[in-house]
Amino acid sequence: MSELIRLTAAELAATLAAGEVSSVEATQAHLDRIGAVDGDVHAFLNVSDAEALASAAAVDAARAAGETLHPLAGVPIAVKDVVVTKGQVTTAGSKMLEGWVPPYDATLVTRLREAGLPILGKTNMDEFAMGSSTEHSAYGPTRNPWDLGRIPGGSGGGSAAAVAAYEAPLAIGTDTGGSIRQPAAVTGTVGVKPTYGSVSRYGLIALASSLDQAGPCTRTVLDSALLHDVIGGHDPRDSTSLPEAAPSYADAARAGAHGDLKGLRVGVVTELGGEGYEPGVRASFQAALDALTAAGADIVEVTCPSFSAALAAYYLILPSEASSNLAKFDGMRYGLRVEPGEGAATAERVMSATRGAGFGDEVKRRIILGTYALSAGYYDAYYGSAQKVRTLIQRDFAAAFEQVDVLVSPTAPTTAFPFGAKLDDPLAMYLNDVATIPANLAGIPGISLPSGLSDDGLPVGFQILAPARQDARLYGVGAALETLLLDDWGAPLLSRAPKLEVSR
Amino acid sequence: MCALSGDALERMSVDARPEVPAVPHRLATMSTIDSAEVVRLAGLARIDLSEDEVTRLAGELDVIVQAVATVSEVAGADVPATSHPIPLTNVFRDDVPGETLDTAAVLSQAPEAQDDKFAVPQILGEEV
Repeated sequence: MSELIRLTAAELAATLAAGEVSSVEATQAHLDRIGAVDGDVHAFLNVSDAEALASAAAVDAARAAGETLHPLAGVPIAVKDVVVTKGQVTTAGSKMLEGWVPPYDATLVTRLREAGLPILGKTNMDEFAMGSSTEHSAYGPTRNPWDLGRIPGGSGGGSAAAVAAYEAPLAIGTDTGGSIRQPAAVTGTVGVKPTYGSVSRYGLIALASSLDQAGPCTRTVLDSALLHDVIGGHDPRDSTSLPEAAPSYADAARAGAHGDLKGLRVGVVTELGGEGYEPGVRASFQAALDALTAAGADIVEVTCPSFSAALAAYYLILPSEASSNLAKFDGMRYGLRVEPGEGAATAERVMSATRGAGFGDEVKRRIILGTYALSAGYYDAYYGSAQKVRTLIQRDFAAAFEQVDVLVSPTAPTTAFPFGAKLDDPLAMYLNDVATIPANLAGIPGISLPSGLSDDGLPVGFQILAPARQDARLYGVGAALETLLLDDWGAPLLSRAPKLEVSR
Repeated sequence: MCALSGDALERMSVDARPEVPAVPHRLATMSTIDSAEVVRLAGLARIDLSEDEVTRLAGELDVIVQAVATVSEVAGADVPATSHPIPLTNVFRDDVPGETLDTAAVLSQAPEAQDDKFAVPQILGEEV
C-alpha cells in the first residue's frame, strides 16, 4: 500500500476510477505517511483523520452505487491554513486565531468537497502568509524534506513540503508575492499562481487583497492543471472573480506534454537573473533553456527595466493593504482577546493588548510599515509612488508579451537556505521573492517547476510567466518542459531526495 | 464599531502609554524611523509594543524604509497609479436574501457573547 503515496494525483485518480483501490485505502495511506514523517517535517498544523476518512468513504459508496464522479474524486488533499474550512481549526499560522473554528467554507474548499477530495488537514505557513521560510509561523517552522536543517520556502512551506514528502498528492497554496512558487522551487515540486481572479478569494484570510491568489501545489504539471480545474471559475462571492469561463487546464497540460515547441517564443527576463542569483541556480536555469532550444523554441532576451523597482513597490503596497486587512483582528468577534495588564479594560486598550500579544514579529513589522506608508504626509511619496511603479511594471509585461509567448526566469535566486540564515535580516528575506513579485503586481499567472539540482544538491525552480488569462499557456509549456527534463533525468527529481526517516 | 472623535482616540491611545509622549508627524521627506515614530505608528495601528520591540523595530524599519523609498524616484508625474491588477467594474446582484452565517456558530467562536450578540469591553474610557 505504501506505493499509493508515490502516485501522482492523476495516476491515483485512474487507480480509484478503475476500482483497484478505494479512497479510504488511499486516504489512510497518506494519513499513515503523515503519522510516520510529519514529526520531522511538520508540514501540518492540524490533521483531520476522521473527517478525511468519512469523505473518502462517501466517495467509495457513491462509486459503488454507480454515480458519476469528478475525475479527482477520492484523491486526498492538504489545504493551507490561511483558507477557512468549516468545522476544521484554521489559524493562518497565528496565535491570534489559535483554536478558531470557522463557521463557513472558502469557495475553493466548497469546490474541493463537492468534487469529493478528502481534506487531510491544514498546512503550516508563515503567520498570515508573511514570510518566505515558514520561520514566522507561530507554531514552529516546517522542515524541507530535502534537508531537514533547511527552510521549505514560504509562506506556503507546509503545502509544498507535504507534497514533496508524499504526505499528500495535492495541496492548496496562496501566492501574494511568491508564496506558492518559491516553496515549490526549493522543495522540487510544482506550484502555480493563477491569473488574479481565476480562483475565488472568498474565504481566504486576506493578506493583500490586490495581490492574493490561491493555486495548486503538486508534484507534476498535469496535477496542478487538474486541481486548477477544480478550484477555478467565477464566484459571485468575490467581486474580483473573473466572469468568463476558463478552458480545461488539464487538456492544455496533456496536449503540452506531447506537444511541439517549434516556434514558441521564450523571453528570458534580463532583470530576473544574473547578479544575486547563485551560480548553481543559473546553471540549472541555463540547462532548461538549452532543453527548450533543442526542442525548437526560440529563446530571446527581454528587458523589463521597471522590475528593478518591483520589490520596493511590493513592500509598500503589501504592508499597506495588510495593515488595513489585519485591522479586523481586534479581539472583539473572534480569535484572541487579551485584557491590558493594568488600568480600565476599554475596548480600545483591549485591542492594543490583544494585537500586541497575538501578532508575531514579522506581522507587527509589516503592519507598522503599512501604517507608516499610509499615514498623512507620507502617502503620496510612498503608497502613491508604489502604485505608479505598478503601472510601469504592467507596461513592461505588456511590451514583453508583444515580443514573446512566455517569459522565464529562475523562480528564486537561491536554493533552500539553513534555518536562521535570514531571520534577523528582513531585507535579505524579502529578496527571496524578487523574481516572483512582478507577476503579483501585474496580476499575471506564473508556474514554478523543477529544472534540476544545484551544485549543492538542492532543487532549483524554473518560472514561466504568461499574459493575464493565459494560464493554459503555462500548463502547455510547463508540461512540455517537464517531459523534456524527465526524459533526461529518467525519473522524477523528487526520487533523488533523501529518504525520510519513518517513525511509528 | 463605535463612534469616537479622533481626539478621543488620540487621547485614549496616549493614555494607554503614559511613559511615551506623542510625536507630531513630520512632512514627507525621506525620513528616518526612530523609536518615537515607531511608538506613534504602533498607537495608530493599536499594537502594544514592549520597549525592546520598539528599539528593534526602529532599527529594522529604518533600513526597510530607506530601501523602499527608491520608488519615489522611479515614476514621473505623468504615470497614472494602478490600484488593481485587472481592471475592475462594479458588480451588482439582485436584492434578494442570501445565505447568512448561523448566529450560534459565529458566536461560539467569539471571545465573549451575550443575548445572541458579541459582548465587547466598555467603549468609553471613563471610570465605571
